[in-house]
Amino acid sequence: MSKLKQLYQQLIIDHSQKPRNFGRLETFSHHCEGHNPLCGDDINLFLLVDEENLIRDIKFEGQGCSISQASASMLSERVKGCSIDQALKLFRQFQGMILGELDPDKDTHDLGKTAVFGGVKEYPSRIKCAILAWHALKGALEKEVEEISTE
Amino acid sequence: MLLKEKAGLDVQAIRAQFPVLQKFLSDEMPLIYLDNAATTQKPQQVIDRIKRFYEEECATVRRGVYSLSEKATAQYEAARKKVADFLGAESREIVFSKGCTEAINLVAQSYGKSVLESGDTVLISAMEHHANLVPWQLICAEKGADLRVIPIDQDGELVKEEFYDLLELKPKILAITHISNVLGTVNPIKLLIDAAHRVGAKVLVDAAQSAPHQPLDLKDLNPDFLVISGHKLYGPTGIGVLYGRYEILAEMPPYQAGGDMIESVSFEKTTFTKPPHRFEAGTPPVAGALGLAEAIDFIKAIGLDKIQTYEAALLDYATTRLSQIPELQIHGQANEKASLISFTLDHIHPHDIGTILDQEVGVAIRAGHHCAQPLMKLLGVPATARASFAFYNTFAEIDKLAQGIEQVRTIFNHV
Repeated sequence: MSKLKQLYQQLIIDHSQKPRNFGRLETFSHHCEGHNPLCGDDINLFLLVDEENLIRDIKFEGQGCSISQASASMLSERVKGCSIDQALKLFRQFQGMILGELDPDKDTHDLGKTAVFGGVKEYPSRIKCAILAWHALKGALEKEVEEISTE
Repeated sequence: MLLKEKAGLDVQAIRAQFPVLQKFLSDEMPLIYLDNAATTQKPQQVIDRIKRFYEEECATVRRGVYSLSEKATAQYEAARKKVADFLGAESREIVFSKGCTEAINLVAQSYGKSVLESGDTVLISAMEHHANLVPWQLICAEKGADLRVIPIDQDGELVKEEFYDLLELKPKILAITHISNVLGTVNPIKLLIDAAHRVGAKVLVDAAQSAPHQPLDLKDLNPDFLVISGHKLYGPTGIGVLYGRYEILAEMPPYQAGGDMIESVSFEKTTFTKPPHRFEAGTPPVAGALGLAEAIDFIKAIGLDKIQTYEAALLDYATTRLSQIPELQIHGQANEKASLISFTLDHIHPHDIGTILDQEVGVAIRAGHHCAQPLMKLLGVPATARASFAFYNTFAEIDKLAQGIEQVRTIFNHV
């Protein structure tokens, strides 16, 4: 598969055109806005975490390039039902993959379908697009910030 | 006869003088550079000029008493004269800066700061680059002045009635772009300058996008300030030009302070030199100035009239080709337009377009907000893709751009 085809796999195109869990949560416990000034990507992430620290529900609103929106959509599917610790572990794995430190084909990971973004590491200018939603997730769960930027 | 022949340009011979244009991104994919509104490529003679300075002539200017420095000084001042002649100005009206952005900041922080008072108005347009917006925002906030914006219409042209209405506020400064870096709109700059002068405003023209594409005669246009960028004019980065009418420059306080801008310094008081050196604190970008002067020679040898004719033909052709692509919308349909096209493609984000064009057909375009976020908001898009042409571009390269856009549509299942 060419580098470009790896980046624009149909799974990514599909999620960018039909994002899952798109919208706002009426009731939420955690929230973070993510901005990528380079592309002008915006992700507004809402999470409902229960007493057992499980992510019960997740939704996002946003606009931007296909990579940023598909990444948010697939993240939302992947982390729904996860514990906060599991979700933060996924963040570290995703970040490792994007930076080329984790090879999704060889190393063990729990990234599931989100491993499809492995090809983004070939495109330094697009890494910020792919990881934006994940930074918003981390920001929301650690409750440190209400707003992050990948600048 | 083909338009390109009518323009009298031997494009292949011109291309041969640009080393980067000989570059291949892969075995079969030559670089197609269509981001000329961001920066232009450099001809060999400009590169050689800079190299020669560092190899044979390097010294600081206006300081040394040795011959190497005296020669460097003479060349630096000769470069200033060349820029002055290029614009139809006097040498003492030409200040070298590190770019347009710094030149505008200089005017805002020096001239703006000394004349603006609470309640005054500064006028800009809705199509300004951040560089001709934010410096005015800052100084207006500091002085309690109002920053007012001339609106644009659907085609990307200034709304003249609103401009005349705003002039009734008797603005002290009109800061306006000659050509929009996003829409390509060529503003009727002489008309705007004359009208602003009639109400007593001083006018700064951002000529970053116009100087590389059409002749400018400041004796005719009569602006108070005009800024140009070296690297958009086939010269090096790190050099720009502020033209200022001498009587105004002479009254302006320094912008930055340091060496080479003083007459005498004591711990109690410093007196400053006359313009233009008053505004060139520190060691200036000497190699940059020499490179820019060489770029001006290069452009003059080709002829800006010919460049303008050829680029207009490129624009016509590109507009026709791109208009045939389904779902493609061109932003900016002004009557008079420079050789660039901003476009969007249905719901496909410009950054995706940019990546795919680069990878599939080797075409480099700009994608983003083009440092004009308020304008993006007006257009109702987060970003646009922009192809901007120079006289070394060819009709075949535009075909490749169109072909690449079709491939984008295929990847996104739009066919």
